[in-house]
Amino acid sequence: MTDSRARVLARIRAAVADAPEPPAAARDYRTSHTAEDPAALLDLLHENLADYRAHVHRTAPDGLAGLIARLLAERGARTVVVPPGLPADWLAAAEAVRRTDEPRLTPYELDGVDAVVTGCAVAVAETGTLVLDGGPGQGRRALTLVPDLHLCVVRAPEQVVASVPLALPRLDPARPLTWISGPSATSDIELDRVEGVHGPRTLEVVLVTGR
Amino acid sequence: MSGDERTTPPGPGPAFVGMPAFPEAARKAVGDATLRANLRHATHTIRDKRARAVAELDDWAALREAGKRIKDETLRHLDTYLLRLEEAVTAAGGTVHWAADAAEANRIVTELVKATGESEVVKVKSMATQEIGLNEHLEAEGIAAYETDLAELIVQLGRDRPSHILVPAIHRNRGEIRDIFREEMGSWGRPAPEGLADSPAELAEAARLHLREKFLRAKVGISGANFMVAETGTLVVVESEGNGRMCLTLPETLISVVGIEKVVPTWRDLEVFLQTLPRSSTAERMNPYTSMWTGTTDDDGPRSFHLVLLDNGRTTALADEVGRQALRCIRCSACLNVCPVYERAGGHAYGSVYPGPIGAILIPQLRGTASGVDASLPYASSLCGACYEVCPVAIDIPEVLVHLRGKVAGQGGHRPERAAVKASAWVLDHPGVLAAGERLASRTRALHPRRAPGPGIRRWTESRDLPEMPAEPFRDWWRKNRT
Repeated sequence: MTDSRARVLARIRAAVADAPEPPAAARDYRTSHTAEDPAALLDLLHENLADYRAHVHRTAPDGLAGLIARLLAERGARTVVVPPGLPADWLAAAEAVRRTDEPRLTPYELDGVDAVVTGCAVAVAETGTLVLDGGPGQGRRALTLVPDLHLCVVRAPEQVVASVPLALPRLDPARPLTWISGPSATSDIELDRVEGVHGPRTLEVVLVTGR
Repeated sequence: MSGDERTTPPGPGPAFVGMPAFPEAARKAVGDATLRANLRHATHTIRDKRARAVAELDDWAALREAGKRIKDETLRHLDTYLLRLEEAVTAAGGTVHWAADAAEANRIVTELVKATGESEVVKVKSMATQEIGLNEHLEAEGIAAYETDLAELIVQLGRDRPSHILVPAIHRNRGEIRDIFREEMGSWGRPAPEGLADSPAELAEAARLHLREKFLRAKVGISGANFMVAETGTLVVVESEGNGRMCLTLPETLISVVGIEKVVPTWRDLEVFLQTLPRSSTAERMNPYTSMWTGTTDDDGPRSFHLVLLDNGRTTALADEVGRQALRCIRCSACLNVCPVYERAGGHAYGSVYPGPIGAILIPQLRGTASGVDASLPYASSLCGACYEVCPVAIDIPEVLVHLRGKVAGQGGHRPERAAVKASAWVLDHPGVLAAGERLASRTRALHPRRAPGPGIRRWTESRDLPEMPAEPFRDWWRKNRT
């Protein structure tokens, strides 16, 4: 094994020994394709999330608990996973039975839960993407993967950025990151897009604005 | 499972060994009307969508140039970046292995799986593990490797070969897929639901049910990676279905087999490729799921992580000053979807897991051109240049094809082509001969056959007609009408 390491490295060095130094990376592409207007960014996020079949809702903070309760009930979710650090008032009005992840739920137990409610780390308007980093209110990655309904809350404007180049500096690569753009999907059969394969088949996104 | 029973469906035989040369394989494919209809529908659908997704970004040309330069710089200092990556992955709790070739990579993975005591693994779609024939190797060692990407599942259950990088079952239509699911799923796990119809939604649901039991009990996951960040030790997998997340998150042990050219220097470099890859590949602003992980994390995901860095011919390609640009490839498959040759011949004719224009320049470099199919690949193109136009890292595929043709011609073989080029050079150097020949050809055109005569060149016209000869040579027409 050690030999192969030395061998591969030696082959690389021999292969590029006479290669010219390529020109430095040019970064004259855009940092963002969207004007820095919070209302416009939120509209764009909303539009792009919906375009990839997420169900998008808006509310003021005082309407959040009621909206979450209503969405869970409408989807028939009787059980819901509560990740560590989820603000207690978010589920204050929900009737679904709460399951915590302590002790750690097994994959089979998670498979028996109907829904999960989380926050996120950042949302990207231009691509309609939610990024989860396992921080407070998000939980480990399996929690948002195995249950069939994921309800994700985005606080606007502070969690919304315009573009991928603006999202990356806000993320810590040391944490496990999941970028989510709509519910799981496949185009493997005749390139016909089908929403809902192995990940949650329903993605509800709540954009919370105002104080 | 006991005795000699298999744990996964048998493949179509050792990976592509003894494949006929491209022209013979393509002739068969071109005669298959269903295959051509499937391919035409699929490639045209995706190429139009891609054009729209790319048009949304008015800085596409700048992103393409940036991607190209980042990759070139990485390749020039590949040793440095791989060592940096190794250090970062190790510091984050992962273990790094180096594999000089396919056999070594297979051995490393097998030993790692055996050390866990498990006899089955779930797999994320990975070009690198297909390239090394990992599934067959594991099966021979008594380990069942289940493909979990829908298209890969269709291919595996159908005892078939992938024919496209992004949508490996592109050659199958919905009716064929339903039949495969009905007949095969029950032998390897949960059977297809009673009365399964052929709508894509129902077929996807059948795959969800079939694979879920495998995900939930999985203890070992095997993946590739789209990117590895040297600076941070982060691996990136982009996918759509969530099978990737399942394999990367639920098992206790994760083994990632990744080609050495997949490294990028910095975290920031992802800002380029996360914009260009999804739009070039699935024609989406962003693919549904992208997973990023750095080593291991307490209480989240696998407790043990192994990265197997794979050479397997890449350093040979790296030594070729023209050919090395093929290593920029981010496996988006846009070049397949625009290629007139791929559209007609399909992926299988290329005789490797990398079909289409990129395969035609990658495989002869990774495997050499000793076999018939590999030596014929640089000729599997009309050099129209559409592949270069759409490539998000600006690989000049026609340039590499011509370069590789020169190498193949230099090693002997392809004698008819060389003789033809030599003869035409002489005719073009003697204008009198050329003019006389043209007039003779025009006057005798009623007698011309639709097929070319003679051994060697006759094969050229087995799948196409010879062009009709004009009534009068162009140069005569020009003299009469324009001078």
